[in-house]
Amino acid sequence: MNKLTISLVAVSALALTACAKKAPEQLPPAPESTYAPAPTPTQPAGPIPGSQGHFKQVMAGQDTIYFDTDKFNIDSEDAAALRSQAQYLLQYPQIRATIEGHCDERGTRDYNLALGERRANAAKNYLVSLGIPAARISTISYGKERPVALGSNEGAWAQNRRAVTVVLN
Amino acid sequence: MTIRTIIALALLAAPVPALAQDDAAPPPEAEDEGGLTGSVTDENAWEDLALAIPSFATDREQSTPANSAGTGALALELSRVVYNDLRNNGLFKPTGPDALPKPSYGDITNPQFGTWSGRGAEMLVQGFVRAANDGKLTVGCYLYDVQLGDELTRAGWVVQPADWRRAAHKCADLVYSRLSGESPFFDSKIAYIAETGPKDHRVKRLAIMDSDGANHRFITNGQSTALTPRYSPDYSQIVYLSYLNDRMRIYVYDIGSGRQTLVTESSNATFAPRWSPDGRTILYSMAVNGNTDIYSVPATGGTPRRLTDTPGIDVGGSYSPDGSRIVFESDRSGTQQCYVMDANGGNQRRISFFGGRCATPEWSPRGDQIAFTHIVGNFRIGVMTPSGGGLRHLTNSWQDEAPTWSPNGRIVQFFRTAQGTSGDSSIWQVDLTGRNERRLRTPVGASDPAWGPVLP
Repeated sequence: MNKLTISLVAVSALALTACAKKAPEQLPPAPESTYAPAPTPTQPAGPIPGSQGHFKQVMAGQDTIYFDTDKFNIDSEDAAALRSQAQYLLQYPQIRATIEGHCDERGTRDYNLALGERRANAAKNYLVSLGIPAARISTISYGKERPVALGSNEGAWAQNRRAVTVVLN
Repeated sequence: MTIRTIIALALLAAPVPALAQDDAAPPPEAEDEGGLTGSVTDENAWEDLALAIPSFATDREQSTPANSAGTGALALELSRVVYNDLRNNGLFKPTGPDALPKPSYGDITNPQFGTWSGRGAEMLVQGFVRAANDGKLTVGCYLYDVQLGDELTRAGWVVQPADWRRAAHKCADLVYSRLSGESPFFDSKIAYIAETGPKDHRVKRLAIMDSDGANHRFITNGQSTALTPRYSPDYSQIVYLSYLNDRMRIYVYDIGSGRQTLVTESSNATFAPRWSPDGRTILYSMAVNGNTDIYSVPATGGTPRRLTDTPGIDVGGSYSPDGSRIVFESDRSGTQQCYVMDANGGNQRRISFFGGRCATPEWSPRGDQIAFTHIVGNFRIGVMTPSGGGLRHLTNSWQDEAPTWSPNGRIVQFFRTAQGTSGDSSIWQVDLTGRNERRLRTPVGASDPAWGPVLP
């Protein structure tokens, strides 16, 4: 929880200083711990491989990609994140995933629902191009209904324009 | 919760021949305008009109399910509803029953014109309520011109006790229509989304209320997010978007039975539902592989028809009152703009060329205007003609969106979102002059208002 708080602060600071396209560029913290094996086999702590909790931990922030205002294109940074996601999905071929498309609050309701669909589909199409069967990936748009950043400023909006991949258990 | 048609009653108590409600009012263009001059688009003249609305009276004190204190108290409440209807919409500045002497039952059809002219009243609204043995209420409503010492119009209604407010709204509509020459609108309902909880965990429930906020009722329990409701033209159903089972689909909720059905079976996301004016067709938007287009389907089910096919977002839509055309939004040009097409999808053409973005267009029930969200930095409610001319802004706030028309096309409701971490939303309304703006009182936060037609 501490880690999350710190990274959010870093994001806000960045957003204030520049009109950065990718506010969460400073996210995630270095993934030094993510691939670390459990210390001993007698302590099977941590999420089960192939679960959403495990996926989120391994992705270390790369479960989410971010978009410019009104845009839904996949840039190089998004592509890198999606490659990580694809690797995971190839490693656990039994799991399915859904991609949630989101928008910032500065759009009208219906349009944002459509735009969220576009973003989720852009992410899905990229994963499919990397060899993930389309049948394993569903999409859903939440438009502007589920923000993660609550402010009404460019920094918050940049965090909310996103597509989040969630593993279905 | 079926909508009961209230019975218009011929009033017997006055010396002139009894008339049905529709016949009671002379044509609005009649020579007697009650001292009003000028166009109805200028409410200032109306505000100057001294309109007195004293307490209604009852023939004898009786118990009634409509008011625990009996028909005398109910009579006062009826006049308060009439007063608040006429006062809250910026059209008149009436004086209400709590500041006026109370006429006797006999005075209702035989007003003390001298008393009222002495108080400076130019117009006088009086009424009565009687309870019958079967519990039904008879409500009479009279509009008098004090200076002429004459009756302008009257009407009466027989209602179930639970519908007593509707009789008051009908009375307000009678007065409003007679004095303005406009169509009535108070006896109508609003569907909307009730919002609770923080911005990032907002609970959104389908809810309904009368046009003045009374008779409020939550329809859904909030477990699934509900969005963008629209009343069917006969008020029997509500079409809306639900995230039930973590899918984005549109349902028709039947108010009488409480059951809901899917509008169309599809594995794709469907949203932004709208009724055609005759209630036979539902317009909706569907995203297929990220590309959203507009479709129509018979309200009773059937084969959907695709109306748009551009590679971009075509979404929403609102029928012209005659059902022949649809105004919708599309970003095919690069940004959200408003377009008009025939109801079958033909003749698609852009109508908004005034800069900024044009979103959520809604055709006026009168057909002469389209209200929309104009995104120019901030979100403002604007109106334009169906050809895209005559742009006027009705509001100027940080984020006003999703206009819906009053049944008579004189008032626009919309929702306003607060800037910042609260993100609170509330329903507001403004008349076509843009001068009379007010917030509707709702129990919790509110968005996506959808105003239905005047009740029969």
